Amino acid sequence: MSHSESIASRGGHRALLEVDGVVVRFGGVVAVNEARFDVEAGTVTGLIGPNGAGKTTCFNVISGLQRPTSGKVWFDGRNVSNTPVHRRSKMGMGRTFQRLEAFGSLTVRDNVRVAADIHSGALPLRRRSAGKVDIDALLERVGIAEYARERADSIPTGTARLLELARCLASQPKLLLLDEPSSGLDETETDDFGDLLRDLAAEGCAILMVEHDMDLVMGVCDTIHVLDFGSIIAQGDPAAIRNDPAVQKAYLGYSDEADEGHPVRENHAQSGGYPGDEYDTSTDLPPVEATMTLPAVGSGIGRGERR
Amino acid sequence: MGSFLAFTIFGLVTGSAYAIAASGLVLTYATTRVFNIAHGALGMVLSFVFWDFSVRQGMPTLLALVLVLGVVAPGIGLLIQRVVARGLGDAPVSVSLVVTVALLVLSIGAATTIWPNEARSISPFFPETSFEIFGGSYITAHQVLTVVLSLLVAVLLYGLLNRTRIGTAMRASVDNPELLKLFGGNPERVAGLAWAIGVSLAGLAGILLVSTVGLDYYALTLLVINAYAAAMLGRLKNLPLTFVGAMTLGLVTSYASGYLPTDGVLNQVRNVIPALFLFAVIVLMPQAQLRIGQVKGIVSAPLPSPLKAGGWGGATLLFVAMVVSVVSEANLLLVGIALTYAMVMLSLVLLTGYGGHVSLSQLTFAGVGALAYIKMGNTGLTGILIAGLVAALSGVLVALPSIRLTGLYLALSTLAFGVIMDKLVFNADIGFGSNGSLNAQRLTLLGTSIESTRVYVWLMAVFFVGMAWLLLLARRGRLGRMLIALRDSQAACGTLGLDARWFRIGLFAVSAGMAGVAGALYAGLRGTVGANDFLYFQSLILLLLAVVFGVTSMTGAALGGTGLMLLPVLQSSYPAVGGLLFVVIAVGAILLARNPNGLSIYLFSLGRLADRRLGDVVRQRLPELPVPGGSLAGARQHARSEHQANEDAERSLGSVGLADDEELLEEGTRVAQ
Ligand SMILES: Nc1ncnc2c1ncn2[C@@H]1O[C@H](COP(=O)(O)OP(=O)(O)OP(=O)(O)O)[C@@H](O)[C@H]1O
Ligand SMILES: [Mg+2]
Repeated sequence: MSHSESIASRGGHRALLEVDGVVVRFGGVVAVNEARFDVEAGTVTGLIGPNGAGKTTCFNVISGLQRPTSGKVWFDGRNVSNTPVHRRSKMGMGRTFQRLEAFGSLTVRDNVRVAADIHSGALPLRRRSAGKVDIDALLERVGIAEYARERADSIPTGTARLLELARCLASQPKLLLLDEPSSGLDETETDDFGDLLRDLAAEGCAILMVEHDMDLVMGVCDTIHVLDFGSIIAQGDPAAIRNDPAVQKAYLGYSDEADEGHPVRENHAQSGGYPGDEYDTSTDLPPVEATMTLPAVGSGIGRGERR
Repeated sequence: MGSFLAFTIFGLVTGSAYAIAASGLVLTYATTRVFNIAHGALGMVLSFVFWDFSVRQGMPTLLALVLVLGVVAPGIGLLIQRVVARGLGDAPVSVSLVVTVALLVLSIGAATTIWPNEARSISPFFPETSFEIFGGSYITAHQVLTVVLSLLVAVLLYGLLNRTRIGTAMRASVDNPELLKLFGGNPERVAGLAWAIGVSLAGLAGILLVSTVGLDYYALTLLVINAYAAAMLGRLKNLPLTFVGAMTLGLVTSYASGYLPTDGVLNQVRNVIPALFLFAVIVLMPQAQLRIGQVKGIVSAPLPSPLKAGGWGGATLLFVAMVVSVVSEANLLLVGIALTYAMVMLSLVLLTGYGGHVSLSQLTFAGVGALAYIKMGNTGLTGILIAGLVAALSGVLVALPSIRLTGLYLALSTLAFGVIMDKLVFNADIGFGSNGSLNAQRLTLLGTSIESTRVYVWLMAVFFVGMAWLLLLARRGRLGRMLIALRDSQAACGTLGLDARWFRIGLFAVSAGMAGVAGALYAGLRGTVGANDFLYFQSLILLLLAVVFGVTSMTGAALGGTGLMLLPVLQSSYPAVGGLLFVVIAVGAILLARNPNGLSIYLFSLGRLADRRLGDVVRQRLPELPVPGGSLAGARQHARSEHQANEDAERSLGSVGLADDEELLEEGTRVAQ
């Protein structure tokens, strides 16, 4: 189904973000294979899949950090496939990183302040402060106000992820791409985080989230896309995804095979983490234990079946 | 037609030697992610060793060759990997560049010490033999050997990379260093092998080229430009494309020497073909992607409050005023030179210390400023300003071609730029004239030319302090935050909407402009200046000294400037250790490169220690100074709220605001991974 057909079939409606047959190859590895999905404004959309499925690569393509081998990305009705990263951000895309990219030498508050400065677009020499964005309110909203004066490289991983979210919000995006935002958060923090996502969506923001915490995904997402080996294998609302046999096979099948070794995947799982990141399920664990996170995912789905 | 054929053959021969050098460079870079600027310099050292073995000690040529390439070179390579380059691939590019620049300087220092300057030559291999080829052209056996060896290198590298286990590991690490471990590769072993082979190839290329280039410290060192110009065609990673690049470069160089006129500017062009080729290739390269998961810089920036900075600035001016009023005329000049270098180092504080980029031609920009100041004949403040603008413009010119590429390419362009400017402009009639010099007028202020050198040198100090103060102001504000943010994560800045490319060009231009102002002031100080005042090699020493003394603080710049001024003084009073001083500086830079705060940070902690021990005693004896327009406490409060992180340093901020050194932000070094 080509892009124009897909529009026609939806009666000319165009979602805020449309990923249109994106393929990414790294040498012999096909990281993303003909991925095709939409993200609507005002919704929370999940992008899930086993380790190495190509989720982060998808994010890189959408945000412009990775050129796709083929395929297109449409944002806000425009083909942004050749638009540079910073221009996409100006159009209203924001993202966080699985492997954190906080500005370690700046304080938490200054991290957000820089983002607001960049967003306000004034020349760096002008002494006007950050424009309309209230930085402290933003820190408060995300729940990291108490860390405001600490250096970003000295805060816990979960907090740093929230900082990336706050930084992203400072540029008032229309689309938020969150790459494993909840890893490193404890249970209550995760709940608060879920509420925050729903609030943001209610304000009209579109959220696309990669997440391994199935309870969170099932709890907040309106729609879920499942990626396996770079291909979308299922799309639908949480209930449909829980009951989808292909999804169960992808997760459980993968966890069975893991011991025999998907060397590339395991390796990536290890390299994808953030240094000093004790919580991230995809980090620092030896391969065998790494697969132990998968039954948790599987059990999430299993629970769904029981319900 | 016959001559065309001859030039073609000569070009292919030269290209073969370049290919050998370039493939060594690529092998090391691709496997260890350390770009070895000292590649040519190591080839130079090995050529000297070969001379030592074969000519001075009279060993048979083949034995000498085998010893040099099979034992000495791999030994040096392994030593570098074990002692110097370990873990460097994970460090920011600026760090690995500084370390390999230090290796370059170390090589030159060692070579000049071990083999003092005298006429030496190495004859080509099989000097008597040559073959006639069609059309009456001759090709020497040495040339045939060069081509054959380059083919052999190509075949062996292909075999190594594609047919052996460790080669597979090496190839894997090109794309994804993490993959390396999976192929059972021990990263250390792979890196060691890459360095050993890389240095051997540098040696082979050097030895093959010596009979045409001559056994010269600097000419062979600059071979690295040819090597990386060729390698850029393959994005510094692809070996076949590197060979293509080397052959193309060889041919272009050969045709240029054959067909360019032997007089005028074009005559000089032949000497800078590799550098021009480099810029051409860079312009043609496709946009690089922002890298994610880049390792963050080591973080620490000493930042005094504006008040304290003002206090220190005043103290500096007082100190310089005292010094210039007592020293002799000759020493006065030295103070002025130190201030010049200190100002140029300030430009590195901005570029390297804050921005995380490296320039290998900062003195060239000073030269541009000096030249603009002289040629314009405007001796007012506007003259100085315009000189700075011209230098800034030349900075844009250097940075623009590599706009779409990573910082490494920018740094590599600067070295080429230094060489181009030296040969094509400074030493030409449009510049200072070939081995010539130009007269410069002193600065004119309020209608009077400042003829007193004492006053002039003090004015230079005013410029230094003014620049430093502006720099600190910028660092504390929006601009400073953005600089640090960009240094920490370009990818994040990109996704927040900052176009890092133009920001970098602006930064580079401002830095070049600062160096240009320093150069213009220097011209006025000396009265006569020439190309030798702005040698590219001196720029490298300047970079190293800046790193040794600390490239993040004004103190470091002041100390570094003094050090660079003292260097030639020491070298002329103790000629025997001239080269050794380079070695010392290089070793210092290697040791300190990973901590951009350099020696200054120890000075600062010394200051804090003294304050803790004696500060209270001193403060009790000092009267509180009244501060006009608001209480000092208020000002301090302000500083405190802005930089809570430095409570420790803040506490030691004395009652006068001058009692301590610069504050330190948390100096916890952060090395991701
Ligand atoms: N720069 C790269 N070069 C080569 N291969 C890559 C690169 N980036 C990703 N890959 C490969 O592409 C595949 C998809 O990786 P990706 O990071 O997108 O997975 P992911 O779904 O985000 O996994 P995780 O859950 O572990 O974060 C993996 O096999 C990975 O090894
Ligand atoms: Mg991922």
